[in-house]
Amino acid sequence: MKFKGRSIISIRDMDKASLLKIINTAEEVKKGKHKNCLKGKVISTLFFEPSTRTKFSFESATQYMGGEVIGFAGSEYTSVKKGESLADTIKTISGYCDVIVIRHPIEGAARLASEVTSVPVINAGDGANQHPTQTFLDLFTINELVSDLSRIKVGFLGDLKYGRTVHSLAYALALFKTPLCFISPKLLRMPVDLLDEISEMGSKTKEYEELEELEEKLDILYVTRIQKERFGDLQEYERVAGCYRLTPQIVHTLGENIKIMHPLPRVNEIAPDVDTMENAIYFEQAHNGIPVRQGILGLITGTIA
Amino acid sequence: MKAYKVYAINDGTVIDHIPATRALKVIDILSLENEGILTIGIGFSSEKLGKKDIIKIENKYLEKEETDKISLIAPGATINIIKGGKLTEKRKIERPEEYINIVKCLNPNCITQHADIETRFKVAKTSPFTLRCHYCERSVEAGEVEIL
Ligand SMILES: [Zn+2]
Repeated sequence: MKFKGRSIISIRDMDKASLLKIINTAEEVKKGKHKNCLKGKVISTLFFEPSTRTKFSFESATQYMGGEVIGFAGSEYTSVKKGESLADTIKTISGYCDVIVIRHPIEGAARLASEVTSVPVINAGDGANQHPTQTFLDLFTINELVSDLSRIKVGFLGDLKYGRTVHSLAYALALFKTPLCFISPKLLRMPVDLLDEISEMGSKTKEYEELEELEEKLDILYVTRIQKERFGDLQEYERVAGCYRLTPQIVHTLGENIKIMHPLPRVNEIAPDVDTMENAIYFEQAHNGIPVRQGILGLITGTIA
Repeated sequence: MKAYKVYAINDGTVIDHIPATRALKVIDILSLENEGILTIGIGFSSEKLGKKDIIKIENKYLEKEETDKISLIAPGATINIIKGGKLTEKRKIERPEEYINIVKCLNPNCITQHADIETRFKVAKTSPFTLRCHYCERSVEAGEVEIL
């Protein structure tokens, strides 16, 4: 699988070999290999909707590797304000940089961007659709803990209906045939068609409504936020959100070795006193965004083979 | 002798076995409005379908890639190519791998609803027949699609 010049738009464009290549490259970067490999390269970060964490993560990844960053966030880019089309903006910026990182509130915007330019495009989030580098860093974090992605059990907790990170990570793990458990309120279950697809890919799946019903030991529990906006009834929201809140006691009952992941930002779904437990790895997970994004940038610019 | 209610053509394409009332939609999808003489029959009785529509297009031989575009609304249609009064080719509709600018994406937050671009759908699953938007990646079952 050739990465040079390739756009990174969706987890659906990936196969197992590409994911392993990304994981291995990030490992090398984390160990100190490929230093300054972005020297002389310019990365643009076009954030049509603000996401400070993601933008910083791409920018510091670039700068640590000796590259330069240009970009904008929100509607501060004057041509966009004047009504310039996305395609025109992308074609123009393409002359100024070696990689375009785009975040856009409209689904499919990054795919369209990649079709109007020869500069590789990285999708840093297109509405509710995809955010592939988040999935890569999640996968990388899990892979750091285990020797074989197919021999662990991963659980997902919270909003599994709208959670983009959950959908993409579950899909990626299904490429490794990892057994998966989904724990959510009825209202926020995994979409049925995705669940079917994942099973067909070879992952054993199981659904639960409560953590207490869980019959098996998990290696990883991936927690997501339940958003108030998803509920018509505030009382119902508070009841449900309360049931899916992780405390040190609950973590203990889940098993000594379980690791807790979360895409962050976290609100109430994980009690702050879980943070100091050895089980909590969500901050390391976020920090892994740097070597993973560095690896990707190196691969698609061709400075890492 | 079989009495034709729609007169026979000497040269051209006959699309038969279109589910009743979908003939106009077929014309729309194939952009046949300005393609010369068209004869449209709606609501004929059919052994297979109960009722069916027929379209005859004079002096135009539709290619397979073109007629496959109607597979979502008339999957059982048959295509007859007539040259010099003789039936020279008879074929069925097959489903293409990709539907370009045929189906509308129903996701209001899809880029195809915000930018002036062609829609693209790929076959995601054959049973039930499901398409997936190339851009926003939402899937839609064939029975729920909206034709552009
Ligand atoms: Zn779409």
